[in-house]
Amino acid sequence: MSNQLMTGAEIVVKALQDQGVRHIFGYPGGAVLPIYDALFQQYTVEHILVRHEQGAAHAAEGYARSTGKAGVLLVTSGPGATNAVTGLADAMMDSIPLVCITGQVPTHLIGSDAFQECDTVGITRACTKHNFLVKDVDDLARVLHDAFHIATTGRPGPVVVDIPKDVQFRRGAYSGLNNIVHRTYRPRVKGDPARIEQAVELMISARRPVFYTGGGVINAGSRASVLLRELVRLTGFPITSTLMGLGAFPASDRQWLGMLGMHGTYEANLAMNRCDVMINIGARFDDRVTGRLDAFSPGSKKIHVDIDPSSINKTVRVDVPIVGDCAHVLEEMIAVWKAKARKPDEVAMTAWWAQVDAWRARNSLGYRQTGDTIKPQYAVERLYKLTRERKTYITTEVGQHQMWAAQHYRFEEPNRWMTSGGLGTMGYGIPAAVGVQVAHPDALVIDIAGEASVQMTMQELSTAVQYRLPIKIFILNNEYMGMVRQWQQLLHGGRYAHSYSEALPDFVKLAEAYGGKGIRAIRPDELDAKIQEMLDYDGPVIFDCVVDKLENCYPMIPSGAAHDEMILPDAVAGAGVSEAGKMLV
Amino acid sequence: MNQPASAYFLSDAKPRPAKATLSITVDNEVGALARVVGLFSGRGYNIESLTVAETDHQKHTSRITIVTSGTVDVIDQIKAQLGRLVPVHRVVDLAVDKPGLEREMALVKIAATGENRAEALRLAEVFRARVIDISPQSFVFELTGTPVKIDAFVEMMIPIGLVELSRTGVVAIGRGAEAT
Repeated sequence: MSNQLMTGAEIVVKALQDQGVRHIFGYPGGAVLPIYDALFQQYTVEHILVRHEQGAAHAAEGYARSTGKAGVLLVTSGPGATNAVTGLADAMMDSIPLVCITGQVPTHLIGSDAFQECDTVGITRACTKHNFLVKDVDDLARVLHDAFHIATTGRPGPVVVDIPKDVQFRRGAYSGLNNIVHRTYRPRVKGDPARIEQAVELMISARRPVFYTGGGVINAGSRASVLLRELVRLTGFPITSTLMGLGAFPASDRQWLGMLGMHGTYEANLAMNRCDVMINIGARFDDRVTGRLDAFSPGSKKIHVDIDPSSINKTVRVDVPIVGDCAHVLEEMIAVWKAKARKPDEVAMTAWWAQVDAWRARNSLGYRQTGDTIKPQYAVERLYKLTRERKTYITTEVGQHQMWAAQHYRFEEPNRWMTSGGLGTMGYGIPAAVGVQVAHPDALVIDIAGEASVQMTMQELSTAVQYRLPIKIFILNNEYMGMVRQWQQLLHGGRYAHSYSEALPDFVKLAEAYGGKGIRAIRPDELDAKIQEMLDYDGPVIFDCVVDKLENCYPMIPSGAAHDEMILPDAVAGAGVSEAGKMLV
Repeated sequence: MNQPASAYFLSDAKPRPAKATLSITVDNEVGALARVVGLFSGRGYNIESLTVAETDHQKHTSRITIVTSGTVDVIDQIKAQLGRLVPVHRVVDLAVDKPGLEREMALVKIAATGENRAEALRLAEVFRARVIDISPQSFVFELTGTPVKIDAFVEMMIPIGLVELSRTGVVAIGRGAEAT
């Protein structure tokens, strides 16, 4: 085949096949019709038709995050590309490998404001890891393989390949997968042995250590999670994780402290605040994690493992930076740890664990299910209890429900938790669930949602119905943009400006209108049976779980506060937000 | 060209290229250069050279000089598009609109010993290049002139031992008493 000339469109399809792509998400339009024509004439790559290009991007993200492979989307020029931008930005922030193929107007019309033209590479420059405009069909195959290489290696991210329509028609030579050696792009995978040695020495000398892990462990592949578990058990240290890193370490383990950060547990945040050695594996000191920077873990020596050199010393200065892939560095750390026959001071470790357990006994995620209304935490907990025996994947939207899901759904495995962390994109959950279900047809896929977020991409339920994807949309319906309302309560004198979800649809009827099933639960005593009914139904379900309208998400570190200034569930709300904190989001 | 099924008119016509030296006065504000450069990449225009520096510290205006090529129509379109950018004051083509002067500066590093050293210095004198660094094995020459003159000098220096070259790109100004 390689010597035979193919059209640009055929080259696209051939490159996808050679990259092992089985599914792509997309929406046709004028400037990608030749590629759709080529896709139509083969069976290897299956195309999933979404209802909006943002949905294609989030579906590809869900697919990528649950499989570890690149997610692929195909959209047309102009509005097709601009609609995908939110998903690209989301993937950029959360380091998700995507390859986004966009159609473009013919080369000679570029710059002329042609129909459905936009400057796709210009618009997407800031929200992609890299992007290409292919003007010569002979470059096309190389660029496509390059795009997959860049998207999936180093710190993963989205890559856009913009292909003008005349290039799709023109005939050119195909070149297959070659070992691409870049002159400029060469991510460093192996950590510096001297630094790893230094890190392990520091860990052995620690008296109050804590592991702080993030999405980098998930991105380094399932082996990284296995190695993380081994190292954490070898050392006996407590471990916490960011929102993006949940599942890398099992939540049922005694060493697990729960998630840290703004809505993290008391024990996780206090351990971060009081530790003397912090071992950051694949996390990036995000502002939702650190709180007030000048009060962030003041007494600790910090080790930071990250594949992206620009993450190191970006906001927090560290003592032992290690640039490398988490799996490689963890493996080396284990080897060095084992080679040194010494152990951390046992008395100090016992005292540290006693302190951690005392914090844990505070039960910072506690809530009381009383009365006739369902507490949202209770709903998530029951959902967890009724699904934990199954192979379950959870996606979320953004807001209170997302935090309650992170706190109360307990993850034992990596790649089971798909959420929009960095960008915080409402509307992520349904299309992400579509992508996950396409990748794992036999698994249980649940979008834990809020009634506000879910309406941003509700139309993707139609996609789920079309492709018989039995996703479950579990809405914690409190008739508010709950997190906005919570902040208005804490910061703005309870003036709930535009955070009430007015004119809500009847979600049961809405599900039925789409051809799915609608279920509503109102009372706590009917919740289990209704959840079971949802699980037993072989098809898409919207579950309208009517919950307590004014429940707040705690614990909470208010903006501008330090880890040891948390608001706990039983504390007086409204306390602890400084004037400077109100400036922060 | 065999017209494939397309909603767009596809043309294989080869354009006649022309050159332009655009002198663009802009407010020196954050992102102004990015807007200008982004316009060129987004609309598929060429940039052959680009220089920029603040020229009026009181008014915070900068002059950007861009050498570009394209058909006459495309160059007109570039000028019109540049004129649409909010921080742009003025766009003048110093190759067409006004008679202009163009100069470029180059720093040229030569490694030479023995007879080649004398030859390098002799050529430098012909081109009126100045020696700004010297070691027993090398020279760095500073040379100002039109891009064609610099090309010619570099061409002559290759056999003598050109090591590396740094060029500023073209700066330009209109002739006569009036401001550009």
